[in-house]
Amino acid sequence: MSAVDDLKSLNIRSVLATDCGSTTTKAILIEQRGDTYRLVVRGEAPTTVEAPFEDVTRGVLNAVMEVEELTGRKLLDGEQIITPQRGEKEGVDLYCSTSSAGGGLQMMVTGVVKSMTGESAERAALGAGAIVMDIIASNDGRLPHEKIRRIRDLRPDMILLSGGIDGGTTTHVVELAEIIAAADPKARLGTTYQMPVIYAGNKDARDLVVERLATKTALSLCDNIRPTMERENLMPARHAIHDLFMEHVMAHAPGYKKLMTWSPVPIMPTPGAVGSIIHTIAKREKIQVIGVDIGGATTDVFSVFQDVFNRTVSANLGMSYSVSNVLAEAGLANVMRWVPFGMEEGEIRNRIKNKMIRPTTVPQSLQELIIEQGLAREALRLAFEQHKSLAVGLKGIQQERTISDTFEQTATGETLINLLALDLLVGSGGVLSHAPRRVQAAMMMLDAFVPEGVTELAVDSIFMMPQLGVLAEVENETAKKAATDVFVNDCLIRLGTAVAAIGEGKEGARCMKVQIALPGSKSEAFELPFGAIRRVPLGADEKAEVTVDPVGGFDVGAGKGKPLRRTLGGGVVGLVFDARGRPFRLPEEPAKRIEKLAEWAMAMDLYAVDPKTLV
Amino acid sequence: MAHAYTPGLRVSPWAKIQKERRLPLSGEVLAKIGDRVTAEQVVAKTQLPGNVQPIKAASILGQHQQDLLDYMLKKEGDSVQKGEPIATAKSFFGMFKSHCLSPCDGTIESISTVTGQVILREPPIPVQVDAYVSGRVVDVIPEEGVIVETEGAFIQGIFGIGGEVFGTVHMACTSPEEELTEKHLEGDVAGKVLVGGSLVREATLRVAATRGVRAIVVGGFDAADLQRFLGYDLGVAITGSERLGVTLVVTEGFGRMVMAERTFTLLKRHEGRACSVNGATQIRAGVMRPEIVIPLTAAEAGEGREKAFDMTQGLQTGSPVRVIRAPYFGRLGEVIELPPALQAVESGAKVRILRVRFQDGSEATVPRANVEMIER
Repeated sequence: MSAVDDLKSLNIRSVLATDCGSTTTKAILIEQRGDTYRLVVRGEAPTTVEAPFEDVTRGVLNAVMEVEELTGRKLLDGEQIITPQRGEKEGVDLYCSTSSAGGGLQMMVTGVVKSMTGESAERAALGAGAIVMDIIASNDGRLPHEKIRRIRDLRPDMILLSGGIDGGTTTHVVELAEIIAAADPKARLGTTYQMPVIYAGNKDARDLVVERLATKTALSLCDNIRPTMERENLMPARHAIHDLFMEHVMAHAPGYKKLMTWSPVPIMPTPGAVGSIIHTIAKREKIQVIGVDIGGATTDVFSVFQDVFNRTVSANLGMSYSVSNVLAEAGLANVMRWVPFGMEEGEIRNRIKNKMIRPTTVPQSLQELIIEQGLAREALRLAFEQHKSLAVGLKGIQQERTISDTFEQTATGETLINLLALDLLVGSGGVLSHAPRRVQAAMMMLDAFVPEGVTELAVDSIFMMPQLGVLAEVENETAKKAATDVFVNDCLIRLGTAVAAIGEGKEGARCMKVQIALPGSKSEAFELPFGAIRRVPLGADEKAEVTVDPVGGFDVGAGKGKPLRRTLGGGVVGLVFDARGRPFRLPEEPAKRIEKLAEWAMAMDLYAVDPKTLV
Repeated sequence: MAHAYTPGLRVSPWAKIQKERRLPLSGEVLAKIGDRVTAEQVVAKTQLPGNVQPIKAASILGQHQQDLLDYMLKKEGDSVQKGEPIATAKSFFGMFKSHCLSPCDGTIESISTVTGQVILREPPIPVQVDAYVSGRVVDVIPEEGVIVETEGAFIQGIFGIGGEVFGTVHMACTSPEEELTEKHLEGDVAGKVLVGGSLVREATLRVAATRGVRAIVVGGFDAADLQRFLGYDLGVAITGSERLGVTLVVTEGFGRMVMAERTFTLLKRHEGRACSVNGATQIRAGVMRPEIVIPLTAAEAGEGREKAFDMTQGLQTGSPVRVIRAPYFGRLGEVIELPPALQAVESGAKVRILRVRFQDGSEATVPRANVEMIER
């Protein structure tokens, strides 16, 4: 019997699953209890990609040791995970893992003419969420050896090789291929894969490029990003970058090869695993879903609308390694608009840069927590913007741009994302799953995604969707059952339901009238003025009959000025009525903005103290 | 008890350091295994073919392409100097001469009677790689370079900018608290690696670059100054290729930060010695931190040599640590307790914590993730 057959027929009683994030490694222990599987405990430890260890398995062992400590179950024999389970208190039947330890995506791009194909290549890479470390062009004034040295010094994760229009001269783009070949670029993290190079240049040069690069790199070919002088065709290259990043770059880290030998099932990239869970929820409940997983280096957004599943990985938006990039992309003013107290600009910049250079630290004070949650809102917002631009239906449809809109970054395709049709918004990742109060996670998602009408909110309880995602993919019925059981019973925390009015009005003017028939014959009725938000407690297993009657210019899902009657589910937060307007705008005047943020914080019971009092 | 791992930067009085030195193209390796090399010494070199310059000779002379050879003063393979005539044509019964002059030094590569062009090859461009650190060659990469090994003091910074430089250690500030200002640049600072205290400003860095300072090592640097110095807001910490005239190594972090006493003292002990500095930083998986290498003999290293430090043991009761996040940022202390259970901190988050006793005897609770181990 083969190893695959062995795994298929295995009756799994216990599972140890880890997720190696860029910053933290999380381990969960699942055990069979009677007919169902339940989460027993979770351990975590910093991911060990830095000296002195530079070996991701050390972080895994540390997280597993924490599980051992908390359960008293022996899981390790030296540095080996004990499989299969021995007796009741030793080992597990299955160990599996996901990884996004490799972190963000830093690319180099090439083009023949810097201001033409070079810039098109840069836009393709930026559009796929990469950081562009350098543009190498035939006319950039550098000598070949300088370009070669640059490639070696920067250690890019991937190179996008473009140049020339279809049918044009092949000489220059082939020279660029020769420079890449001479640089002999090595994958940044170890020896388990070759450096991905995407060729998206003159189609006539393909064979010549293949000749030069096919054996030295993991070469992929895609359509020319600049087929003619007047046309730009970035979408195929953007998708190629995105897919290769997820498959080849983000999961890898020092020690990855060793980790691979520990599990009988392949290590899955984290967004692959989370995406599979989100897709399953949408299919099972027949609903439109958006999921988000905000990590240290990347933020992954998933959506299912009209049965089409889309996944994007914003490779440089995250809460630790990429935190300074969130600041650079969003701008300080956008981050600070979420902070309900004043702080000197220099001080805030230093704090964010200090997080960048010491990415594994966590906020100890409430003030620091609020700043981090402000950054999280911006990372989520930017990642969602990128998702909307990429979730434009079928991948095969090419998006073309003419020379006249070359300098615009906006996508022209029709996005599938329809916030009014959205049924469920699910959040995962440290900053959401570990928010000290669940209502903080709800508020971050409301502020970043600005859902419209009626939307249910949920959060991954302790950040374990990745592990359940990989477990659900194991070719074994008991493993699949374990993933489903734990997901239903222990993972998904229903936060409640938000009802948000679309429209704008004057501060304090009438916006919506709300009547709620609560369980136990209790009821509540109130009017909510424009600019306010209100939270009504309703338990996770409870339902309420809700009527929301918006005034003329507002729409809560039934049409402008039309009342909406729905049975809404509760959660740990309850029901949230959001009359802050769509589009959502914060007051620009600082004192007014701080006043408003504090008012919302108090209305939602976000913190233990009035945030205005924090200095 | 589980190990509580926390990253730490090396500040070692005695370490063995290896550096790979490779040419960007294949060439000639100038050192062999066992050779002693100095930091500035070229260990491998190659020559790049010079650039090609096409000269429209026939057109310059006002002649037909097919007749070009009749007017050439030089033939293929001949060397020429800048300004030297390479072809001459007489016209109007010899009364007027037109010359085609060489635009640069080089060699005539080809003469085309089809295009009327002369192709001139500029002289080869030498490409060299130096040893970066003074030490001994322990391995040779054929046709590419060498591995140089050295022993000595090794200090990692938390963040840096600028590439590899060499210089002599010079204590610009007298205490780790002092700010390095322009007044510290008044003496002979050219060719030196200046050690400051808690801060340096962007304006001072610019002045230092004009005075020939090779590198500045300092406790803290302001994020706003970084943006001004680089000219852009750094999103992801990947640096090293900046050409700003001076390399910067920040040992503690952003803002005014007193340099760790241990780092300051170690640098002070080796004042006047030659060192190699690299500001290159890459904070992502496969991290690179900036560094200062001071090659030493065993005798020069002195007693520090005996204190090898093993950070791989993880945090334990008694481990010396530095807090790396507010509200106790920068404070040094010793771990007194590592409770296994999660505990709530001021933010409301439940995290694994430790109890630390600071140098002034006060105690505090700090998330384990917010300390780094330091060497005793």
